[in-house]
Amino acid sequence: MTANESKVDSIIDEYNAEPGSLISILQDIQLEYNYLPEESLEYVAKILDIPRVQVFGVATFFKAFSLKPKGKQQIHVCMGTACHVRGSKKVLEELERKLEIKAGDTTDDGEYTLETVNCVGACALGPVVVENEKYHGEMTPIKVESLLNSKKV
Amino acid sequence: MKVISAKELEDLRNEILAGKDQDKPCIAVCGGPGCLANQCLEVRDAFVNEIAAKGLTDKVDVRTTGCHGFCERGPIALIYPQEIFYQRLSIDDIPEIIEQTIVNNKTIDRLLYTDDEAGQLVETEGEVPFYKKQMRLILGNNSKIDPHSIEDYIAIGGYSALVKVLGGMQPMDVVDEIKNSGIRGRGGGGFPTGRKWESTRNAQGDIKYVICNADEGDPGAFMDRSILEGNPHSVLEGMIIGAYAIGSNEGYVYVRNEYPLALKNINLAIKQAREAGLLGDNILGSGFGFDLKVNRGGGAFVCGESTALMASLEGKPGEPRAKYIHTSDKGLWDRPSNLNNVETWANIPLIINNGADWYSAIGTESSKGTKVFSLVGKINNTGLVEVPMGMTLREIIFDIGGGIPDGKAFKAVQTGGPSGGCIPESLIDLPVDYDRLTEVGSMMGSGGMIVMDEDTCMVDVALYFINFLMEESCGKCVPCREGLLRMGEILTNITEGRGRMEDLDLIQDLSEVLKDASLCGLGQTAPNPVMSTLKYFRDEYEAHIKDHKCPAGVCTELITYSIDADNCTGCGLCLKKCPAEAITGETKQPHVLDAGKCIKCGICYDVCKFDAVIKE
Repeated sequence: MTANESKVDSIIDEYNAEPGSLISILQDIQLEYNYLPEESLEYVAKILDIPRVQVFGVATFFKAFSLKPKGKQQIHVCMGTACHVRGSKKVLEELERKLEIKAGDTTDDGEYTLETVNCVGACALGPVVVENEKYHGEMTPIKVESLLNSKKV
Repeated sequence: MKVISAKELEDLRNEILAGKDQDKPCIAVCGGPGCLANQCLEVRDAFVNEIAAKGLTDKVDVRTTGCHGFCERGPIALIYPQEIFYQRLSIDDIPEIIEQTIVNNKTIDRLLYTDDEAGQLVETEGEVPFYKKQMRLILGNNSKIDPHSIEDYIAIGGYSALVKVLGGMQPMDVVDEIKNSGIRGRGGGGFPTGRKWESTRNAQGDIKYVICNADEGDPGAFMDRSILEGNPHSVLEGMIIGAYAIGSNEGYVYVRNEYPLALKNINLAIKQAREAGLLGDNILGSGFGFDLKVNRGGGAFVCGESTALMASLEGKPGEPRAKYIHTSDKGLWDRPSNLNNVETWANIPLIINNGADWYSAIGTESSKGTKVFSLVGKINNTGLVEVPMGMTLREIIFDIGGGIPDGKAFKAVQTGGPSGGCIPESLIDLPVDYDRLTEVGSMMGSGGMIVMDEDTCMVDVALYFINFLMEESCGKCVPCREGLLRMGEILTNITEGRGRMEDLDLIQDLSEVLKDASLCGLGQTAPNPVMSTLKYFRDEYEAHIKDHKCPAGVCTELITYSIDADNCTGCGLCLKKCPAEAITGETKQPHVLDAGKCIKCGICYDVCKFDAVIKE
């Protein structure tokens, strides 16, 4: 499988293979691979001895998990209320136009993933775009171009 | 450094205090979420490097602390012992601060806050109008301690409430003290904390759990995060006291995964408390033992609901269950459980140390103590504020928050997150407490306070919250799953000009059904943003439906852009920036906007320097 069994094993071992730790285990796998490879989910179900449906149920319920690989560059647009009233929707729309993808998707070349986030707690700077953990405050549609250009260099 | 008795902890405190020189300058750099986003760590590093370069490392301390609250002015630093308040710092300011303020004991006017009303510079934090009216019982310690240091927490009296409890109070005495204090849950519902503790204490079962809900999901709220990041031991102390009162030996902290620093700090605090013997078996020689685990949330808003949170702790999808099964009887793994929010737990040591009478003297008849709010949106002084219950919205928004930017008119304030409502200007003198907010169709919630001005469309705000909840609904019960979807459709129709007047009755009816028939709080309170905007801003709904106009100029389908030939200089900037190639014109000639091609992104409106783009 794409996911290395021994790596997944060591993650499961850290939680003593407790079914109650399913979410934590999946979080660590997600951290390792940037998504949840399908084989890893089946493997976790087998080792924890729980139905696959439960593992897939959890993996698809929570926003933190992705069954699709994510892009190298992660762009998160804060959609908190403070950012919303300051115009985050327009910033998101401009990013969607420029990257030619919708929020939640990854560009075909695997370079960018565009996502929304409910609130990053930097409301004073709203609208906020977080690009690979770097915060860009007081964003406007006009600033989107320079943000993306600075990444291409 | 294991302390095995109350006396040893007191000795340790004295030892730490004796080792601290109160006159030694200390630079407390705010490391709250707002300042972090403003590159405060670079500022902190610049302080450390400059101090080293000047050979002052032994003479000056630098402390990275939790949130100081005044996000608008970040990065912020407080210089102790004078408590000089420096704001909007950049790394270029640092050598000057060390040279002038630390070495020569002079303040730098340029970095001080200007009180516009009084027309003068203010030197210390306490004099800044933003802080003056606050009562910072919970947040005030953030700037005094390094959240990574248990010694700092002990030095300011930390864990003394635990000593008091284990040293002579019976568990029921503790429950009574909390009941008498009148504190109500800070997470949203406002259930009396003491009564919750009592029910769990009286429930049958050998194993009981205490849980800290740190799955702060309300958009626009970050107070729990700031407490957990800035003063994690205060939450732990509250939990240990609660566990003793309830008769629990195991606990959980459920932290939102989007808060990596909060996770790091609470994990470190737990490790330190264990090493100090404040968690584990036989705490302070009392025979009482307690320990806890940290779980990360999976990014689901509904997991802030207690039963969904517990399902998630059990490794299941976060779906709530019916409330007739009480968590205090059958909670986590069907055992009696007591769940409180971060801010509630952080209040417990205060109540124990100062007594229920002291605590219940703060606030209003039905709401005691202080409440932390995140004051955000269209407001001059964005930040975290802590005020006694009962302060009016006007005082919070205008006296502390400094009013609305750019001379715009205040329109509404939204409290309670997606479960709350929008409160109009006519109610600006409303005292803020649990019951008064509920009376006007909103709620306390976890404490988000989002200010809106004349440029905010209230129908769009209602749609925003419904879309949010639709996305976050777990889908288990029909009223919430289907009702939100339909309500979203109706509101979308209205914002896009396809609304009908009878739609307003329909959403009113739908709202009633959601309120009465949904399984959990998410669905039951979901109509609040719609009902409150419909009640107070019906004219805006009608303008969208009857006139096909969005009075605030927000709903893109109802606005049109055009170019005023008289003002247009033909500079070509809008033409260059238009992503839809909808603008044409020769240089230095008035340009023309083709409404058919326009995608209404508003870029031309934003870039035009001559007010030549008209939005109608």
